[in-house]
Amino acid sequence: MLSVSSLSKSYRSGQERVGVLRGVDLRIAAGESVALTGESGSGKSTLLHLIAGLDQPDSGTVQFGDAVVSALPDADRAAFRRDRLGLVFQQFNLIPSLSVADNLAFQSRIAGRHDAPWHAELIERLGLGQLLKRYPEQLSGGQQQRVAIGRALAVKPLLLLADEPTGNLDEATADDVLALARDLVSRTGCGFLMVTHSARLAAMLDRRVHLHAGQIH
Amino acid sequence: MSASFKLTRRGFAGGLMLLGLGRAVRAQGFAGLGGEAGGFAPVLPGRPLTFPTDHGPHPEFRIEWWYLTANLTDANGAAYGAQWTLFRQAMAPGPQRDGWANQQIWMGHAAVTSAATHRYAEAFARGGVGQAGVTATPFRAWIDAWEMRGGEAMADTTLSPLDVAASAADFSYTLRLTAERPLVLQGDSGYSRKSERGQASYYYSQPFFAARGSISIDGKPIEVTGRAWMDREWSSQPLSSDQTGWDWFSLHLQSGEKLMLFRLRQADGRNYFAGNWIGLDGKSVQLSATAIEIRPTASTAIGERQLPTSWRIAIPERGLSIDTIPLNPSSWMGTSFPYWEGPIAFSGSQSGIGYLEMTGY
Amino acid sequence: MSRALWTLAVLLSHWRRHPMQLATLLVGLISATALWSGVQALNQQARASYDRAAATLGGARTAMLVGRDGESFSQHFFVDLRRAGWPVSPVVEGRIRIDGRSVRLLGIEPLSLPVEASSAPAIGTKGLQGFLLPPGQTLLAPETLAELKLSEGATPTTANGINLPPLTLQSQLAPGVLVVDIGAAQRLLEMPDRISRLLVGRAGKGTRAPLQTVTGDQLRLVEPDAETDLERLTDSFHLNLTAFGLLSFLVGLFIVNSAIGLAFEQRRPMLRTLRACGASARMLNTVMVLELTALALLAGLIGLVCGYVIAATLLPDVAASLRGLYGAQIPGELSLRPQWWFAGIAISVIGALAAASTSLLKAIRLPILIAAQPYAWQQAQHRWLLAQGAAALAVFAAGLGFLLFGDSLLSGFAVLAAILLGAALGLPAILGLVLFLGERTTRQPLARWFWADSRLQLSGLSLALMALLLALGVNVGVGTMVESFSRTFNGWLDGRLAAEIYLNAASDTQAAEIKAWLRPRPEVQAILPRGRAEVQIGGLPVEVIGFADHLTYRDNWPLLQSAAEVWDRVARGDGALVSEQLARRLNLRLGDRIEVPTGAGRWPLDVVAIYADYGNPKGQISVGFDALVAHFPGSAQTAFGLRVAPAQVPALVTALRDRFKLDNRSLADRSALKAESKRIFNRTFAVTAALNAFTLGIAGVALLTSLLTLSNSRLPQLAPLWAIGITRRRLALIELMKTLSVALITALLALPLGLLVAWCLIAVVNVKAFGWRLPFEIFPLQLLQLLGVAMLASLLAALPPILKLMRMQPAKLVKVFADER
Repeated sequence: MLSVSSLSKSYRSGQERVGVLRGVDLRIAAGESVALTGESGSGKSTLLHLIAGLDQPDSGTVQFGDAVVSALPDADRAAFRRDRLGLVFQQFNLIPSLSVADNLAFQSRIAGRHDAPWHAELIERLGLGQLLKRYPEQLSGGQQQRVAIGRALAVKPLLLLADEPTGNLDEATADDVLALARDLVSRTGCGFLMVTHSARLAAMLDRRVHLHAGQIH
Repeated sequence: MSASFKLTRRGFAGGLMLLGLGRAVRAQGFAGLGGEAGGFAPVLPGRPLTFPTDHGPHPEFRIEWWYLTANLTDANGAAYGAQWTLFRQAMAPGPQRDGWANQQIWMGHAAVTSAATHRYAEAFARGGVGQAGVTATPFRAWIDAWEMRGGEAMADTTLSPLDVAASAADFSYTLRLTAERPLVLQGDSGYSRKSERGQASYYYSQPFFAARGSISIDGKPIEVTGRAWMDREWSSQPLSSDQTGWDWFSLHLQSGEKLMLFRLRQADGRNYFAGNWIGLDGKSVQLSATAIEIRPTASTAIGERQLPTSWRIAIPERGLSIDTIPLNPSSWMGTSFPYWEGPIAFSGSQSGIGYLEMTGY
Repeated sequence: MSRALWTLAVLLSHWRRHPMQLATLLVGLISATALWSGVQALNQQARASYDRAAATLGGARTAMLVGRDGESFSQHFFVDLRRAGWPVSPVVEGRIRIDGRSVRLLGIEPLSLPVEASSAPAIGTKGLQGFLLPPGQTLLAPETLAELKLSEGATPTTANGINLPPLTLQSQLAPGVLVVDIGAAQRLLEMPDRISRLLVGRAGKGTRAPLQTVTGDQLRLVEPDAETDLERLTDSFHLNLTAFGLLSFLVGLFIVNSAIGLAFEQRRPMLRTLRACGASARMLNTVMVLELTALALLAGLIGLVCGYVIAATLLPDVAASLRGLYGAQIPGELSLRPQWWFAGIAISVIGALAAASTSLLKAIRLPILIAAQPYAWQQAQHRWLLAQGAAALAVFAAGLGFLLFGDSLLSGFAVLAAILLGAALGLPAILGLVLFLGERTTRQPLARWFWADSRLQLSGLSLALMALLLALGVNVGVGTMVESFSRTFNGWLDGRLAAEIYLNAASDTQAAEIKAWLRPRPEVQAILPRGRAEVQIGGLPVEVIGFADHLTYRDNWPLLQSAAEVWDRVARGDGALVSEQLARRLNLRLGDRIEVPTGAGRWPLDVVAIYADYGNPKGQISVGFDALVAHFPGSAQTAFGLRVAPAQVPALVTALRDRFKLDNRSLADRSALKAESKRIFNRTFAVTAALNAFTLGIAGVALLTSLLTLSNSRLPQLAPLWAIGITRRRLALIELMKTLSVALITALLALPLGLLVAWCLIAVVNVKAFGWRLPFEIFPLQLLQLLGVAMLASLLAALPPILKLMRMQPAKLVKVFADER
């Protein structure tokens, strides 16, 4: 499903260029859950951003099904994210002016794929039924991240990308949220790629790849 | 500015229409025109016309005109028409007052026509100050710079020679008119009936003018020669209230004879016919209404109006049967009182040229 | 489509959570649109009535043939020219007196009147015949009918005993003029076979003979003016209004700019999330422009309604000013054309997009991923201050250029604009310098932080401070000008209105009767006759006033410049006093010679003095009464002043009124005249004052929005101070002090700016616009008052965010640290 090959990316820092990714190869099959680990600054987030089409590589390709995402123009990459991906960030990235219900629904609405029964099921499984009318600032971290996961899964994505989704949560909440995410992912049959620096959490997924010195090990 | 233009023109036209200015207007059958001629002199049969006096204005009558049409050709044989008309209209009867208080209003129309174009202009003036007027001796008719003036030694019986000039933004002409034969009295010795009810006018013509001069369209001068026809008519109550319009012909027959015909259309669909046959000797014979057959054969759309621009004319007792066609079917006078006026040609038992005027369409 | 709608709904949800922000945005847009379109409506209304007046006059919009010296000429030229192909139409014009009132009478010839020259012959229901035929018609506007206190169909008698044709309403006519047929006008004005001028139609009737060959050198052709006399005279007035409207508009846009800027900053994460979740950049930008346009349309509509209300409220004052200053008649009811509504909506949308352009550009360039670059604000601000400072210097230089080399009213306003713009641009740099110096001179750490943090705030506050500076500067400038004018005007009135009673008889006969009645009365110390004639000099309308040789004038008349023996030379009849306006227009100095055209040839006069003649659009020459009568035997001699012991004035006025049936217009005592003049004067500036207040109010709102904007983003700066033990109350007080101190510095800077503006108005704009120069005075009390108002406005603007800070839950301050990473 997802196929990343020879992906390279470098950033300018002052006068010199720093290579973050140096020929990364990665494949994720449908329904497979993969943990991406590595030290701080190893390029985990960069890789995730490139896969999501939020940024463009210097060389190499990100292929999703037939589409070479990395070669698409901005509008098409946006459409790709909208229709195929679910994204969960460490800072939750909810929209502060929308209620929980609207936060959950807005991506699927923009994608034109709002599925009411699935929406209701998500609310129930994520335990958000009592919180629908609240605004993000009135929620705890764990609750916010559940909303974010709900939003990402509401579109029934082919691939869920999560960047340290539990980084802002305590251990118990983190386990709880991740278990829920895994459960829902397996329920939809989508792929799952999670960036984490926690070996404990990584162990909860099907496979684990380690990024070091810009390469997958 | 355009709004005020319209208002101005409408206000103006409204005023003049109420006054019933010109034969074009007259024939449109405004109730006021067919009404009583209160205070104005009546038109009575048996009044002998005297010249030069009758060349001048008759302010005691309500309306009057000096009407000249010319059929012209250039060196290459291309046909043209020219029109010079001065209308007089009294706003009120009574002794003539001096200066701005004078009750006469004058209106001039001038036009030239070719197969390709028809140009026209109009002018208005108050009487009493000299902007427009007519004098019998020496003969002069003018409005602004447009003029019809008797030449040196003009004969009162022929109105010849005559110099005519008009100019507007996009055309101008000067013509010298000469005639050998005397004036022709229309109707019954100059008394021309216009309806069964007795409406009438005094009417005489000079149909024998030869014309020579130059016309100019868009600044290009063209030397021309041809024939011209002058009508003089005055009246106080010329139109019956139920008459809606008029079709009028002046024809130069190939034989040298002349023919004047008109048809007054009535609201009930019937027509009033009249005409005069003018022989080579200049003698004018009134035609009886039943002797005249006039009917349209083809029409031209001008704006929203349908104008019958081709006609079949027959005078069986004279062995005449002709079809007329216009030189330019769009000879529309889009003046304050609009009408159709233009040169025509005809063929059939006789061929020739002439002028057609149609009002009330 | 639904994709865009959902995106729009997400964007709009921001306003639901921040209604105050939406309110400020709308208030900014509404006030910008309202003031701008209100002023436009006033100008439009006035211009429409000038057009109406011009159309009736058949005047400046049409080419004309006039007599060599502007005198009437023989009617035969009309006929001669028509016969020579000229599309001319005669006009007779003059003044008649009806029941003691002087009214302009216009005689036209409707048949030859050029269609483009007039709406006048759109003659009533009876048509042309009713106008031309006896008894004819006197066309007049409803306003004129009401002013004459007559009803339609009346045939009032003029002072020379001739009846007017029946009065007939003609709503298209300009007020203050009677239109009759030319024949009737010649009779009424006693000008048989004479005409005042010939209108030349645009439609050519073919060739026309050269003018010289038709009329010799008797007539000259006056080409049509692009603008009418009234327009020219009132230009400065409308320019003044427009300038205020524009200023208010710009200040309103400052508010819009800061509100949108704040909204953008707050929505930045939202935009990123939307992009990450698959909204394309193009759609997002389109939707943002749509959102703004929709808001601008809404605000524009409300603004237009407010603008209408403003215009309708100010119209009576504007109309009174224009009537008092220029004799222009503006109808009291506002009538607006559809263009005004469209223009208002358009200006609202364009203004909103312009004010939002920086935010929109930032949004368009917004990267999805946050760049981890530390913001070197100090460096950036330094660069920005330098650039603005340089721009300010360039603008000042341009202004100086206009001042030195410009010679028109427009260049005067360009100088004004340059001063204001330059000051606004230079303000942040100057403030930055002052704050930097403040920082350098203190040692105490909290004080140092105070100055440094004020400096940090500068970029966020600068737009609002610029608005405050401009509003204050203009207020000071206009206030100083009005006050200078007011003082000068009052002193001048005292000098000019030296006689106790002013009289204007209905006719020469009545004047003689009144004089005969007055002469034996002991309380009348002197009768001062006053004559008046109108001439044209150098194409300008000029009044020639004859006044008696009397101590009243010698003692009281304030002259700007005078030669030796002024009064004796005027009394002798070879010297003239010339009004300042006329002297400027004709470039006359003391000792120059001026030639006055009279019926009997030219009358050479030496300029022996120049005097102020405020508020008179016409030029004026004052000569000895006897000399005037000698040169203008036909001139009206119905006016005179009376010197009376002050105590006797009321009794004499009553006696005169009863004896000769004189109304308030023909008989006035000095105090009444003075009060009337001052009333007109005050109304003239009522509009200016109202707009001034609006502008200042809007500047206050701009400051408030900027501070609200800043207060949210300033928490991270304040939280550490709170954490090291400074109480919220103290913190709030410091914040307040900071705001007030930058406002104070700005207000102090606005004072010299305002005086510069006042100087420019008095010495450049007034001279070019009206032809008079006022003495420049400074009024410290007024300045202090304005300073107080400015500080009060700043305090009011600063309070809400400060109160919010004082009441802030400590948790929120703690959260700053929690969110910080």
